[in-house]
Amino acid sequence: MNRSHRHGAGSGCLGTMEVKSKFGAEFRRFSLERSKPGKFDEFYGLLQHVHKIPNVDVLIGYADIHGDLLPINNDDNYHKAVSTANPLLRIFIQKKEEADYSAFGTDTLIKKKNVLTNVLRPDNHRKKPHIVISMPQDFRPVSSIIDVDILPETHRRVRLYKYGTEKPLGFYIRDGSSVRVTPHGLEKVPGIFISRLVPGGLAQSTGLLAVNDEVLEVNGIEVSGKSLDQVTDMMIANSRNLIITVRPANQRNNIVRNSRTSGSSGQSLDNSLLGYPQQMEPNFEPEDEDSEEDDIVIEDNGVPQQIPKAVPTTENLESTQIELSFDSGPNGFIPSNEVNLASIASGTNTEFETCASDQKLLEEDGTIITL
Amino acid sequence: MRRFLRSGHDPARERLKRDLFQFNKTVEHGFPHQPSALGFSPCLCILAIGTRSGAVKLYGAPGVEFMGLHRENNAVVQIHFLPGQCQLITLLDDNSLHLWSLKVKGGVSELQEEESFTLRGPPGAAPSATQVTVVLPHSSRELLYLGTESGSVFAVQLPAFRVLDNRTISSDAVLQRLPEEARHRRVFEMVEALQEHPRDPNRILIGYSRGLLVLWDLQAGCVLDHFLSSQQLENVCWQRDGRLIVSCHSDGSYCQWPVSGDTQHPEPLPSCVPYGPFPCKAITKIFWLTTRKGLPFTIFQGGMPRASFGDRHCISVAHDGQQTAFDFTSRVIDFTVLAEADPAAAFDDPYALVVLAEEELVVIDLRAAGWPLVPPPYLASLHCSAITCSHHVSNIPLKLWERIIAAGSRQNAHFSSMEWPIDGGTSLAPAPPQRDLLLTGHEDGSVRFWDASGVCLRLLYRLSTVRVFLTDTDPSGSLHAQGEDEWPPLRKVGSFDPYSDDPRLGIQKIFLCKYSGYLAVAGTAGQVLVLELNDEEAQQVVEQVEADLLQDQEGYRWKGHERLCARPGPVHFEPGFQPFVLVQCQPPAVVTSLALHSEWRLVAFGTSHGFGLFDHQQRRQVFVKCTLHPGDQLALEGPLSRVKSLKKSLRQSFRRMRRSRVSSRKRQPPGLPGEGQEAGAKVERAGLQNMELAPVQRKIEARSAEDSFTGFVRTLYFADTYLRDSSRHCPSLWAGTNGGTVYAFSLRVPPAERRMDEPVRAEQAKEIQLMHRAPVVGIVVLDGRSVPLPEPLEVAHDLSKSPDMQGSHQLLVVSEEQFKVFTLPKVSAKLKLKLTALEGSRVRRVSVAHFGSCRAEGYGEHHLAVLTNLGDIQVVSLPLLKPQVRYSCIRREDVSGIASCVFTKYGQGFYLISPSEFERFSLSTKWLVEPRCLVALAENKKHRPHRNGAGPEKALGRARNSGGQSDGEERRPGPVMEHALLNDERVLKEIQSTLEGGRGSYGDWHSRRVAVGYSLTNGGAE
Repeated sequence: MNRSHRHGAGSGCLGTMEVKSKFGAEFRRFSLERSKPGKFDEFYGLLQHVHKIPNVDVLIGYADIHGDLLPINNDDNYHKAVSTANPLLRIFIQKKEEADYSAFGTDTLIKKKNVLTNVLRPDNHRKKPHIVISMPQDFRPVSSIIDVDILPETHRRVRLYKYGTEKPLGFYIRDGSSVRVTPHGLEKVPGIFISRLVPGGLAQSTGLLAVNDEVLEVNGIEVSGKSLDQVTDMMIANSRNLIITVRPANQRNNIVRNSRTSGSSGQSLDNSLLGYPQQMEPNFEPEDEDSEEDDIVIEDNGVPQQIPKAVPTTENLESTQIELSFDSGPNGFIPSNEVNLASIASGTNTEFETCASDQKLLEEDGTIITL
Repeated sequence: MRRFLRSGHDPARERLKRDLFQFNKTVEHGFPHQPSALGFSPCLCILAIGTRSGAVKLYGAPGVEFMGLHRENNAVVQIHFLPGQCQLITLLDDNSLHLWSLKVKGGVSELQEEESFTLRGPPGAAPSATQVTVVLPHSSRELLYLGTESGSVFAVQLPAFRVLDNRTISSDAVLQRLPEEARHRRVFEMVEALQEHPRDPNRILIGYSRGLLVLWDLQAGCVLDHFLSSQQLENVCWQRDGRLIVSCHSDGSYCQWPVSGDTQHPEPLPSCVPYGPFPCKAITKIFWLTTRKGLPFTIFQGGMPRASFGDRHCISVAHDGQQTAFDFTSRVIDFTVLAEADPAAAFDDPYALVVLAEEELVVIDLRAAGWPLVPPPYLASLHCSAITCSHHVSNIPLKLWERIIAAGSRQNAHFSSMEWPIDGGTSLAPAPPQRDLLLTGHEDGSVRFWDASGVCLRLLYRLSTVRVFLTDTDPSGSLHAQGEDEWPPLRKVGSFDPYSDDPRLGIQKIFLCKYSGYLAVAGTAGQVLVLELNDEEAQQVVEQVEADLLQDQEGYRWKGHERLCARPGPVHFEPGFQPFVLVQCQPPAVVTSLALHSEWRLVAFGTSHGFGLFDHQQRRQVFVKCTLHPGDQLALEGPLSRVKSLKKSLRQSFRRMRRSRVSSRKRQPPGLPGEGQEAGAKVERAGLQNMELAPVQRKIEARSAEDSFTGFVRTLYFADTYLRDSSRHCPSLWAGTNGGTVYAFSLRVPPAERRMDEPVRAEQAKEIQLMHRAPVVGIVVLDGRSVPLPEPLEVAHDLSKSPDMQGSHQLLVVSEEQFKVFTLPKVSAKLKLKLTALEGSRVRRVSVAHFGSCRAEGYGEHHLAVLTNLGDIQVVSLPLLKPQVRYSCIRREDVSGIASCVFTKYGQGFYLISPSEFERFSLSTKWLVEPRCLVALAENKKHRPHRNGAGPEKALGRARNSGGQSDGEERRPGPVMEHALLNDERVLKEIQSTLEGGRGSYGDWHSRRVAVGYSLTNGGAE
């Protein structure tokens, strides 16, 4: 392989790029125009053509400059592969049904070179089960850490995505007590903690939640002052898109912030310097709320279908407009969005049962009313 | 339309909200829980009842009610009205005395605590020296004599509670003034009785427990006379003229002592043991009352033969050769006799006996032959059989009202016709604006109809469904079967009967159509009865139909109770609601939802397995639908297996508890007994702490289609709406399940002229699955003006505007977690309000209510009244689903209270605060039923009540409510876990006693609480 590398380096022309493609034991060589590599689909067809395997589904990989085997399955990584190939682009083709996914990833090619160690210690090699990693197009988010920029470093906001019922959320919560810094000094206050993770459950598999983590918020609502049963009900009610803010029991794995960029939260209100205890900004994402609730209706034809959002048709439009014209008072703005409606719900309550946490909830966002 | 659309932040809307909503707990209906003391004022004609939780309740004429709550959470032991005054003294079990006054403020009387006092002895005196046993309010109105355990009698000046030391009658002083022969015995123990001479206020009679009676002259401070009995003294009574003393004793005897003017020692008349000659229990209280005709009334409590009738709770009345022992179903707390109130009158001439038993108040007419009972207009024993469900119907048409009353009056034929004798005070409350019925279903298969229009909850009519079924009960009333010569002459009185013959008879759902007089009731064993009001008695066959809810399902086996066996052949029914159809669900699981449409003559019912529709006109089943998913074995096994598993877990907890105790005992080091005990207690405490550390965990898991009990039908609803297309509306039936599914069936009901010829057809038109899968607790269709559809026949009776069928209809689905509005006929999501996701509370009850404005006559809005599992009550606007107001109403720990809550159609509601009491509350500014009454002394009395001060009448209510809450908080121990444990332990013990076969705990509140909670929540999602 080193030899071919050298060989390619010698014969490289400025405008074209040499491609060496391997399928099974066969090699094919051809060249591509570096400035106009074309689309991935064309490249895929080309490879099938040159290897004479027109109807075989294959996986395509290439060796990058670090010697890692990386997949090519869309235009982006194809272009990346072409632009970084220096000067030879080495392609490895596998039949999809025989594909060895473990081959992909960091250091994979380098490890392969180390054949000797594998030969000397074959047991060691076999014991390691191959972890099957599906291709990126099959990926979907399972969990994420969000709002890193607006939370104190001691806190972690974890989002669990629940799809269908195939994997349980798989955790338990309990009552407990934690120590808080208050104006009167340290105070022991009741809190809610994660008490158990079910093996194989979503919570455990993400690795973002652990036993004895203190639960501070559920979907932007503080849990302090709420009973275990209330918090349980809130979590179950939000189970399809659960966002839990915890204070991890193990504070050693905290994310050290050095950049202010945030992945999921558009706003970067940094109030982490304001001291502790802190008011966190709930992270409402309307599109999540919508996608989360897909009630199903079966009409007489017997085919289940998702219930659409009511589009203001001509007859509905009339009432909707009345609604809006009436609602947009001096300070009362009722957005048609149901998420905001829900926020108004809690806002209305504050007028009768002045509830500080709800009030704070209202001030967080420009789109929601400030009392 | 516009009025619904205002924002919550609009000041105009805020003003309007203040005109519409207001929260008040207005009045408590029913019988006080755990009464502990009785008082009666002859001059005010007002009755007072004290309870073990420190409440004092005053009752006069119907509608005249007061309530006070002691700050201390102690039992009221004695209540005494001050003679000739609007004041009363209460003695609590912490030995404190409290002075209460009825003061007039703003035209209505209020009950207020004026002063409290605890008798203190000299430093170093034993606590018994000042432990008050008897209270005697002196007729001078300024003095209170307090008899104590030490034998001393203290004089206390009112109203300031100043102890007059120089007037104390110590036992030594009495001893010195006694003649020699009476002195040698240890006659002084505690003071058992203190009575003022009926004619001479300077003389009082002091009775000591060892049997000595002393007639004491208050002025001279000397013994005028003494009487020595050989038996322990229980109580004494003066004859009206003061010539005779009657004492009653612990051996079941009573003695008469003639009082002569001179100091010559009188000879006692021979003592009498009314239920001898075998040993008898004590006579604890006696009345000796003279009559114009000559022969006196002797009325006494207890004295029954110890061996055979020692467990009875009896009060005997003897007069003119007649004697009856009234046998009460619960313990007698106290009793009093209503007689001539004027102290100057020559004779007592008693007319009524008032008995406060543990579970009911019984009044007996002493003038009518046979001493019949007087039906009480208030203080009804709601729980004579445990309440299992309730249903409220507002605004009953006069015709139906009269027919129900007529049916009820025939049931009350054996009652006395006497006017209610306790008639003090005047009710100033306006006449109730409409006739409201509260229907309660009971464990024994009966339904009681209560007049809930005003302050007094009065029983109108009682319906029993038992007659339809074959049960083990002996139909012939064995109570009255006793022969003439029986001795003692027992007579069972009272309605409190907590023993259910068959738990399957229990009523779970009630639905009354107020226009047609059709009633549907459904019970524990899947029985659904349709009844019709008939003014004549009838002999008829009840048509039986079986509804097999598992039609298409195979391989299931029901492990619960069997269905009830219906009585074959024609059954005799008395005038009133008479059943004509019996639908029995198969499997015979508890009926969890019920709806009746009297216009279409259809009844829908649901259980944990499915639901069905029955045409009661043609007496034909229209369809059944199974809602059970194939994997749900648990729902099929029935309630018994659940009990079994509960039993098992209970047994395990007992074992655990026992083990921890044994091990702690083992570890206990041998030592001095006292020390050991202390150490044991310490270990016990440590054990408790250890147990506290064991975490209570909650599983966090999304609801799934595979969960158990998802098929449980929670709600059924009939609507005439656009189900299939927007051009034609049709009758429809909607059902909501525990798993968040809504089924809609379009119905085809033949027109009236062909109603009997063509069958009713039904076809499933829609099935909606809410993805959050929370139980559906309410379904409502809103018309084109976004107003909830009217009740059936409401429009036909011109009591409602006909619904708007022009505009598009909307469907409101309320789950435990969310409110959602969908468009119809094409289902699309329009609006939603999330409750649980934001607050952590879940909807327990939801009902459409009309809120009238207190300012603008005729203006009103329809909204949802909602009760959450945290005991909060909220109003959520229609159709925009905006929360309007929120009030905390019921303590969140009070599971049975929350489960029992029922809303009215006009923004009021009821919930049980004890097994025997409904609290009434109002969310409306317009519909407020609360006592407003005035109590003043009669005009001929010289002493007039001083009228001063002013203040809003509400103060009383508020004070009471806050008191009630603080009382609840005090009872709650600090650490939550500890509370849970203690609670568990108590519940465990009670359930254990039930499991061990003791039926005795049936009347117990806590065990009842468990039972009611279960049956009323219908097994919710917990």
